[in-house]
Amino acid sequence: MWRTAKVLGLHDETATARTLMLSVRDWPGHVAGQHVDVRLTAPDGYSAVRSYSIASAPSTAGRIEITVERLPNGEVSPYLTQQVMVDDELEVRGPIGGWFVWRPEQTGPIQLVAGGSGIVPLMAMIRSRVSTGSTAPFRLLYSVREPGAIFYRDELRSLSDQRDLLIVTYAYTRVTPNDWPRPAGRIDPELIENDTWPSHLRPSSYVCGPTSFVEYATDLLIAAGHDRSRIRTERFGATGERK
Amino acid sequence: MAIISRDFSGRRSAPEAKLPPGQYLTKDFPVLSAGPTPHISLDRWEFAIDDGSNVLKRWDWKSFRELPTENITVDIHCVTRWSKLSTSWEGVSLDVLLADIRTDLPYAMFRSYGDYTTNQPLKDVMNKQAWIAFKFDGTDLAPEHGAPARLLVPHLYLWKSAKWVKGMTLMPHDKPGFWENLGYHIYGDPWKEQRYSDE
Repeated sequence: MWRTAKVLGLHDETATARTLMLSVRDWPGHVAGQHVDVRLTAPDGYSAVRSYSIASAPSTAGRIEITVERLPNGEVSPYLTQQVMVDDELEVRGPIGGWFVWRPEQTGPIQLVAGGSGIVPLMAMIRSRVSTGSTAPFRLLYSVREPGAIFYRDELRSLSDQRDLLIVTYAYTRVTPNDWPRPAGRIDPELIENDTWPSHLRPSSYVCGPTSFVEYATDLLIAAGHDRSRIRTERFGATGERK
Repeated sequence: MAIISRDFSGRRSAPEAKLPPGQYLTKDFPVLSAGPTPHISLDRWEFAIDDGSNVLKRWDWKSFRELPTENITVDIHCVTRWSKLSTSWEGVSLDVLLADIRTDLPYAMFRSYGDYTTNQPLKDVMNKQAWIAFKFDGTDLAPEHGAPARLLVPHLYLWKSAKWVKGMTLMPHDKPGFWENLGYHIYGDPWKEQRYSDE
């Protein structure tokens, strides 16, 4: 069932990613980690649909936020990141997905691992944990190309300043900030050992990002002793070699 | 009545491309899996067919690879809306695997390494409609695409084509598998756009 969503606000996260604040008519509510389908219809009736993770915490007010990364040859993402305006209406359907989710009843430690725009559903989990007053220990390892590619930078900083809310570790793959202790490069066993929950705490892990990142990150977690049944993944994009 | 987005034109597929409703063409091969990729060694691999109480047939990798194979060229359609046309695979037809099995049980649950499951009517995996594929584009399957072998049921959405498949259980009644329990359609026909359980 498609629902009408009105654009309440727009906010650029990076040079290529934009958050859309939507008010959805008769929104049934969602669980952190779920996504929505967004449908655009051209004046001649042609339509295109893509899925986007919800970035906001569950709320009853019919408000959701999605963050959209503009893909170079995208069909829907260029419109959502460049053309859509406040007060425009779109159609959304959802929420969708019942596996890659975090619920406030989960009290155990949570390890989040994000590659690039894979942060979006994980941010919904972080925000859900904060808004519900959960005390589940949350930790985020966030791999980005460069400092300018970080989504939700100020919010993550203010949450991680209160260490009982969230511990954040950034890993830069191409360019690091000045004086950053770790050279640019993909995540590695040392980072997993020093900057994620140890396996003996039996955390639940959520890994989201491009396929090659998810493959690599989950292999590292398993090599570090994590139980594979406690690792949930969400992959997007191509396999890399077929671009 | 759909809402019209001014200035939206879209990137339309070539008119000759015949795609199920709501799908777009991709030349990539995206990956969708719920958990870590299992890595299965060939000497531990097996594929077994059971009826819920007894194993009816079982193959190890060697005996499986001695079965006659087919080259298959098919279009595939993922529920996440991409379609890929004319993909080529090599695999063993389910008709070969089911040849000696006499059963009245009309449904099957496919099981994978990594504990994935997906259900389908038995008639949907018979009569040249389904294969256990081990090669894609002439080379062995990549781990993230289901190595060493995956189910291929191209007339249904691709989540039905279980990666890392290890067996099938014949059942008297239909029963939801992994994604079918999480809001996805029990049958999953892309031409009827049976994506979600409310459709």
